[in-house]
Amino acid sequence: MSATDSTPAGSAPRPAPAHTAPPPRALPGHGESHRHVLVAIVLNKPGVLNRVASLMRARNFNIESLSVSHTDQPEVSRMTITLRGDDVAVEQAAKQLYRLIDVLKVQDVTEDPIVEHEIALIKVRADERNRGEVLTIAEMYKAKVVDLAAESLIVEATGTEPEVDALIALLRGFGIKELVRSGTVVMSRGAGSIEEAVKR
Amino acid sequence: MGTKEDDSGGAPSQRDRINHMPGAGTARAEAISAGRHEMLTDTLRKQIKSLAERGLKRPRIGADALCEALLRQGVDVFFGFPGGVLLPLYDVLGDYPELRHILVRHEQGAAHAADGYARACGRVGVCLGTSGPGATNLVTGIGNAMLDSVPMVALTGNVVSSLLGKDAFQEIDITGITLPCTKHNYLVRDPNDIPRVVAEAFHIAATGRPGPVHIDMTKDALMGACTAEHPDTLDLPGFKPNFEGNYRQIKLAAQEIARAERPVILAGHGVLISDAVDEMRELAEKAQIPVAHTLLGVGAIDETHPLSLGWVGMHGWKHVNKAIQSADLLIALGMRFDDRVTGHVPTFAPYARIIHVDIDPAEIGKNVAVEVPIVGDVKRVLTALLPMVPAVEPERRAAYLQELAEWRLESEKTPWHGSGSWRNGQLSADFVVCRIGEASSHDATIVADVGQNQMWTARYAGFRRPNSHISSGGLGTMGFGLPAAMGAAIGRPDKETWAIVGDGGLQMTSQELMTLVQDHIPVKIALLDNHKLGMIRQWQELVYAGNYHSSHLLGPDWVKLAEAYGVAAFRATTPEEVDTAIAAARAVDGPALVHFLIAEEQNIFPMMPAGKGLSDLLEEQFEEPKL
Repeated sequence: MSATDSTPAGSAPRPAPAHTAPPPRALPGHGESHRHVLVAIVLNKPGVLNRVASLMRARNFNIESLSVSHTDQPEVSRMTITLRGDDVAVEQAAKQLYRLIDVLKVQDVTEDPIVEHEIALIKVRADERNRGEVLTIAEMYKAKVVDLAAESLIVEATGTEPEVDALIALLRGFGIKELVRSGTVVMSRGAGSIEEAVKR
Repeated sequence: MGTKEDDSGGAPSQRDRINHMPGAGTARAEAISAGRHEMLTDTLRKQIKSLAERGLKRPRIGADALCEALLRQGVDVFFGFPGGVLLPLYDVLGDYPELRHILVRHEQGAAHAADGYARACGRVGVCLGTSGPGATNLVTGIGNAMLDSVPMVALTGNVVSSLLGKDAFQEIDITGITLPCTKHNYLVRDPNDIPRVVAEAFHIAATGRPGPVHIDMTKDALMGACTAEHPDTLDLPGFKPNFEGNYRQIKLAAQEIARAERPVILAGHGVLISDAVDEMRELAEKAQIPVAHTLLGVGAIDETHPLSLGWVGMHGWKHVNKAIQSADLLIALGMRFDDRVTGHVPTFAPYARIIHVDIDPAEIGKNVAVEVPIVGDVKRVLTALLPMVPAVEPERRAAYLQELAEWRLESEKTPWHGSGSWRNGQLSADFVVCRIGEASSHDATIVADVGQNQMWTARYAGFRRPNSHISSGGLGTMGFGLPAAMGAAIGRPDKETWAIVGDGGLQMTSQELMTLVQDHIPVKIALLDNHKLGMIRQWQELVYAGNYHSSHLLGPDWVKLAEAYGVAAFRATTPEEVDTAIAAARAVDGPALVHFLIAEEQNIFPMMPAGKGLSDLLEEQFEEPKL
């Protein structure tokens, strides 16, 4: 893919058709799959979310989470998309997103220094006998209790996906009555801004 | 097996390379490209007449704005079918006599006609359908244009906006349906949005990698008063195609070309779309690189040019596929490594480094990993590349080109390659196709349907002029041939137009025969009738052990049918009758159909079985008849 792997002019002789079988040509998108985070800046118009979701489905990319919100510019929205795939496949997803007329910018921030958070609301079965235990776990994970009832409480947790996963795993033992997660949102560290790049 | 002369009845072969002059016969599409630009500037210069200037006292409504906007875009013809919600438009259409409306018999025909028109003349094709079924009938044609990157604006009406979402009569979520098969789509509810949306739609459809744009307009948007002016500038911040290739990458490409010993150019549709035919030929001649082409790249190089190799892929020529498999450098121009081209990717062009030029960044590295990606317009990239490429003396490539020539000789040695000539006294389809090419001096626009007829057309008609070959490549839409030829004939009225179709495909859209008659569209139809869905039957024979289920089909008496529509019709059942029938059809002033009764079980070879590579071609096995 990259231009840098081509040898400089005049170096090694060209591979002439030999009788030994050449190595198979690599199939794009079949490398090691891992989690990627894409940030997409899109026009704030009706139907844009549908376009993005439809494209990802049609192109066979599996979205893990997708969160959309306004930005400080009223005509622009911001999407955070997490998905699994190898680097080439995710780059392909980003390029396909660029084909949408309403998409202004797409950036894969997986390797960038970023602040990454999601919020989860977890309704846990807890009464006076084990409430204390739940509260201790929540405290350990810097989660807040935002609602308390006789037989349940709601824990509000923020953190990275693995942190929230870990808390949920612990609370599962008490019985989770309801669970909602916002999906990851991210922002790059430092003074740089993805949105500024598209400011008009 | 007879000799070439025996088979063609003494006529010169379509692959005769004697007395060849480089570039001879390539009718440069100057007329088109000149026409394309003059068209637009002319229209902009020529003020579109307002209602008052037309002497009309009624208020300007959305439908007027639509007609004005179409005229401003240089539209002179569009294909449509009316319906309830479109009546406000049809009510004012008569006030715009500059806009020629062709009434089709089915909306799919309108979309294919717009597609054929766009491919033949390079301008944006326009089609129109009403809400509900009219709109859904357009979808096949829109998808076809999407996969083949054809500039098209599809217009539909929809129910009044207060009824949207209420399951009103003839209401369907058509923008939801066309979303994945258009470059962009719009739902317009306000008449004042029409001028801007139409201007944006034409810009998006024709700029960068072309494609279809769909505009859905509610009935009240068409009926309501419109005061909006037509915009002079567009505000599309998310649409910035990259035309100029990266300088560093182009330099790398030049280095690769300078070092290559066995380079091959692979020309795709993009070469034709970006009008880079001359630049590509110059590159080929300067660096002595043979040129192969894809199905939609047919016509990118004059097939009689000494550096023209031929067609690559599943039903391409064996010597071309062999050349790709032995190349050390592929220069892929405006093509997308479709699975019909590459076959099994891990064994595709195993020795080659690849330079890939395409205007769509998403095509780079999508199907095949490449060494030198260049995102840009083929014409501009080649213009920048040409001075960087050192000229190559023909001697340096002599051995290589000689080897390719020998492969070619071997690949073409049977007079009608792949068909084994006609057997049992029956007509051979490739012979018919070849004779049509000859009769029209290789200058006609030839539109294929889908299936065996399409493969025979691409292989044997002999194309010399850009945009003279029109074929449904990506979507493979049966029924495409006749309506697309209708559009092509209107787009290039200066050229003879042939539709080469099979009996299966023609039965899907034969109703457009009536359109040909009503609108005096002089399409000549060559019907290759084998009473079969030929390609299906071939696969059933070769892959499914001869389990011929549903591939035999009856057809009407085609001569009677055509005559019932008022189309002149002729029939040819023996080789001797072919030329007479073609001449008779060409002599008709208007549409004509020739019914060729071809061998029922003729296959198209070679064939790359699905999942196999370019080196695993199936070839015809047959007994050489004793002479």
